[in-house]
Amino acid sequence: MDALDLARWQFGVTTVYHFLFVPITIGLSFLVAVMQTVWVRSGDERWLRLTKFYGKLLLINFAMGVVTGIVQEFQFGMNWSDYSRFVGDIFGAPLAIEALLAFFLESTFLGLWIFGWDRLPRRVHLATIWAVSIGTILSAYFILAANSWMQHPVGYHFNPETGRAELTDFGAVLTNKVTLVTFPHTLAGCFLTAGALVLAVALWHLIRRPGTDQTSAFRGAAKLGAWVTVVAAVATLVTGDIQGKIMTDVQPMKMAAAEALYETEQPAAFSIFTIGTLDGSREVYSLKVPDLLSWLATGDFDGEVKGINDIQDQYVAEFGPGSYTPVIPVTYWSFRLMIGFGMLAALAAVWALWTLRRGRAPASRWLLRTALVLPLLPLAANAFGWIFTEMGRQPWIVFSEMLTRDGVSRTVSTGEVVTSLAGFTLLYGLLAVIEVGLLLRFAKAGLPEPPPPTDSGADDTEDRPLSFAY
Amino acid sequence: MDLSTLWFLLIAVLFTGYFVLEGFDFGVGVLLPVLGRDERERRVVINTIGPVWDGNEVWVLTAGGAMFAAFPEWYATLFSGFYLPLLLILAALILRGVAFEYRGKRSDPQWKARWDKAIFAGSLVPALLWGVAFGNIVRGVRLDADHEYAGGFWHLLNPYALLAGLVTLSLFVTHGAVFLALKTTGDIRVRANAIAARAGLVAAVLAVVFLAWTLVGVRGGAAAVVFAVLAAAALLGGLAANRAGREGWAFLGTAAAIALAVATLFSALFPDVLPSTLDSANSLTVDNASSTPYTLKIMTWVAVVFTPIVLLYQGWTYWVFRRRIGVRDIPDA
Ligand code: HDD
Ligand code: HEM
Ligand code: HEM
Repeated sequence: MDALDLARWQFGVTTVYHFLFVPITIGLSFLVAVMQTVWVRSGDERWLRLTKFYGKLLLINFAMGVVTGIVQEFQFGMNWSDYSRFVGDIFGAPLAIEALLAFFLESTFLGLWIFGWDRLPRRVHLATIWAVSIGTILSAYFILAANSWMQHPVGYHFNPETGRAELTDFGAVLTNKVTLVTFPHTLAGCFLTAGALVLAVALWHLIRRPGTDQTSAFRGAAKLGAWVTVVAAVATLVTGDIQGKIMTDVQPMKMAAAEALYETEQPAAFSIFTIGTLDGSREVYSLKVPDLLSWLATGDFDGEVKGINDIQDQYVAEFGPGSYTPVIPVTYWSFRLMIGFGMLAALAAVWALWTLRRGRAPASRWLLRTALVLPLLPLAANAFGWIFTEMGRQPWIVFSEMLTRDGVSRTVSTGEVVTSLAGFTLLYGLLAVIEVGLLLRFAKAGLPEPPPPTDSGADDTEDRPLSFAY
Repeated sequence: MDLSTLWFLLIAVLFTGYFVLEGFDFGVGVLLPVLGRDERERRVVINTIGPVWDGNEVWVLTAGGAMFAAFPEWYATLFSGFYLPLLLILAALILRGVAFEYRGKRSDPQWKARWDKAIFAGSLVPALLWGVAFGNIVRGVRLDADHEYAGGFWHLLNPYALLAGLVTLSLFVTHGAVFLALKTTGDIRVRANAIAARAGLVAAVLAVVFLAWTLVGVRGGAAAVVFAVLAAAALLGGLAANRAGREGWAFLGTAAAIALAVATLFSALFPDVLPSTLDSANSLTVDNASSTPYTLKIMTWVAVVFTPIVLLYQGWTYWVFRRRIGVRDIPDA
C-alpha cells in the first residue's frame, strides 16, 4: 500500500466513523427538542424526564461527533493538499460558512442547554435546544453542498493559468440539484436513525421492566420513535428515488455500477440479488424485477439505462485512456445494504407500533431481541449510503475534473500516513468501546427521578447548588 | 485595502479569538491537577469552563475553514507540511473533548482520574504545539518552488519555535489561573491568584525574550514593534492587577497580552503568510496564496453579517454564567 491507498483508507475510516455520531446528533437533538416542547406546553412531567433521559444519550453521542469532526476539518489539508489547492476557491467557502453559521450555534447553545436548566427561564432554555437542532441541520446543509459539488461540480470554471477550479456562481453551488436532493435524503436517514434509537431504548424498558412508574412515559417515547422511523423511512424512499434519477443524469456510471449493469438495456430490470464472478466482471446468477431499474433511473418503465461498458468507452473518448469504473461489488452491495438495512428498521418500527396498539403492552422475546439490534440497522444503512456515494464516484475525487490519485498530498510520507491511520484507528476503537459502554449504562438506568417541586422564591437561586454540573 | 489583505486580517482575528478564549481553557486544563486537590475542587475547576469550552474551540475550526476558503495554498501547504505536530494536536483535542463530557458520567474514582489525566495532557500538548507551529510560521520553513514543504519533522523543532511553544504554554497557564481566580470563590480563588503571579513571571520573561528575538533576529516592522511593546505592557499590567486582587482587570490584561502577541506575529508576517527559508521567491504571500476576489467577496459578506451575531450570543453565554462558583455549588455526584 502506498500513501494514496492509506490516505483513502484513513479518509474512509474516519468519515464513516464520524457519520456514526452525526445522524444520531442531528435526529436526536430534534427529538429531544420536541420532547422538551411537549413538556413546556403541557407541563406533563413524563416528558421532562424523557427529555433529560434522551438528552443524556445525546450528550454522550455529541461529544464523539464533535471530536471526530475536528479531524475531518483538518484532514483535507493534511492528506489531500493538492485537492485542497485545486478546489479551495469553491470548497473552502461552504466549510468556513458551516463553522461560522452552524458549529458556533450548536456548540454554544448546547453549553447553554446543559448548564442552563436553572439559570434560564423555561422558554429561553427550550429555545436553546432548538438552536442546537437548527445548528446541526444547517451544518448538514453546508457540508452536503460541499460534498455535492464533488459529485456534480457547478458554478465554476477551470483556470488553466492557475491550474485551479475557480468559483463563478456561489448561488449555483448552494442550489446544486444534487445538494437539493442529497440534503433531504441524508436528513431523512438521520431521523430514521434517531427514531429507531428512541424506539429501541423505550421498547427495551417496556418489555424488560413492565409496569413501573416509567412505563407510561416510555410508551410515549416508543410511539414517537416508531412513527418518526416509519415516516423517515418513507422519506428516504421518496428522496432516494429522486436521487437515483438525478444520479443517472449526472453520474450514469454510478447508476450502472449500483446495478452491476454491464450492457446497456432497454427496458432494464432491477436486480435484487446477484452472484457474480469474483472479479465482478460477469454474472452467474441473478434475481430480477423486470423494468424496475428503467423506472428508478429514468422515471419511465421503458427507459434506456446505459451499461458500464458503454460508459467506459464514452469516458475514454472524453477524458483519455484509463479505467473510469468503480469497484463494482462494493457499489452493488453497498447500494442494496443501504436500502435493505433502512427498510428492516422501518419494518421493526411497524411491528412495534402494532404491538403497542390501543394500550397493549409489548412482551414478545423476539421484539426484545429486535430492539437490541434496531439502533444498528440505520447506522449501517447510513454508512453504506456514504460508501456507495463516495466509492461510486471513484476514480474521481471531483467528478470529471480531478482524479483521486491527483488530490493526495505529495509531501506526506507513507510513514506519516501509517502513523496517523494507526493512531486514529486505535484511538477511535478505544473511544468506541467507552462510548458504547456509557450509552448502554445510561440507557439501562432508566428515567431520572422527577425533580423535587421547586419553591419558586426567585431570590434563593443564587445560593442553590447548580442543578447540573460536570 | 484589497480583499486578500482583509482576509489576512480576519484570519488573524479568528486566531486571536481562539487563543484568547481557548487559551484560558487550556490553562484551566493544565492547572486541574495543581488546583483541584480533591474531587469537589476538581469539579469546580472544570465547571468554570464547562458551558463555554466547546464554543471556544469552534474559533479554530472557523479559522481553519477561513484559511481553506481564503488562502487554499496556505491551508494545503501548512497542514500537510506540519503533519505530525498537527496529528498530535488533533489527538489531544479528541481526548480532551471527550474527557470533559465523560469524566462525570461514572462515580468510579479511577475512571475520573484517568479522564483528568486526559484533560491535563489534552490541554498541555496543544498549548505547547500551537506555539511551536506559529513560531515556525513566522520564522519561515523550507518551501520549494512548488510551495511545498521540503523540510522534515525535526526542522520544526528549532530553538526559536520551541521557545514560542513555551511562551504560549506559560501565557495560557497564566491566563487560565487568572480566569480561575475570576470565576471561583474560596480557597481555590486564593491559590489561583498565587499561581497566576508565579506563572505570570515566567511567561513575562519568556515572552519578552521571544518577542525581542522575533523583532531583532527573525522579522519585524514598525507595527510589530508597537504591538510587542503593548503586549508586554498589557501582561505586566495584568500581573499588577492580579497582585492587587483586581481580577477583572487582570483577566483583561492577560487577554490583551495574548491578543497583542498574536497581532505582533501576524503583522511581522505580513505580507507573507508562510515565508520560505530556502528562497524568498518561494514564499507564500497574501497575493499568491489567496482565492479569487469573487470568493473573497462572498466570504466577506458572510463574515460581516454573521460574526457579530456569533459574538453576541457567545457574549450572552458568558453573561448567563457570570457567577463565581465554589465547592458549595457542586451538587453531590
Ligand atoms: C450530514 C451531516 C454531516 C456530514 C456529512 C459531516 N458532518 Fe461533521 N458534523 C455534523 C454533520 C455532518 C454535525 C451534526 O453538525 C456534527 C455531528 C455531531 C456534532 O456534534 O455536530 C458535526 C461535527 C463536526 C465538527 C465539530 C463541530 C463542533 O465542534 O461543534 C467538525 C469540525 C465537522 N463536523 C466537520 C466535518 C467535515 C469536514 C466533514 C466532511 C468530510 C463532515 N463534518 C461531515
Ligand atoms: C460531506 C462530506 C463527506 C462525506 C460524508 C464523505 C464520506 C465518505 C465515505 C463514507 C467514504 C468511504 C468510502 C470507502 O469506504 O472507501 C469516503 C471516501 C473517500 N472520500 Fe469522502 N466524504 C465526504 C467528503 C469528501 C471530501 C471533501 C473529500 C476530498 C478530499 C473526500 C474524499 C474521499 C476519499 C479520497 C475517499 C477514499 C476513497 C476510496 O476509499 O475509494 N470525501 N468518503
Ligand atoms: C429505497 C430506499 C433508498 C433509495 C432508493 C436510496 C437511494 C440513494 C441514492 C441513489 C444515493 C446516492 C446518491 C448519489 O451518490 O448521487 C443514496 C445515498 C445515500 N443514502 Fe440512500 N436510498 C435509500 C434508502 C436509504 C436509507 C434507508 C438510508 C439511511 C438510513 C440512506 C442513507 C443514505 C446516505 C447517508 C447516502 C449518502 C449521502 C447522499 O448521497 O445522499 N438511504 N441513496
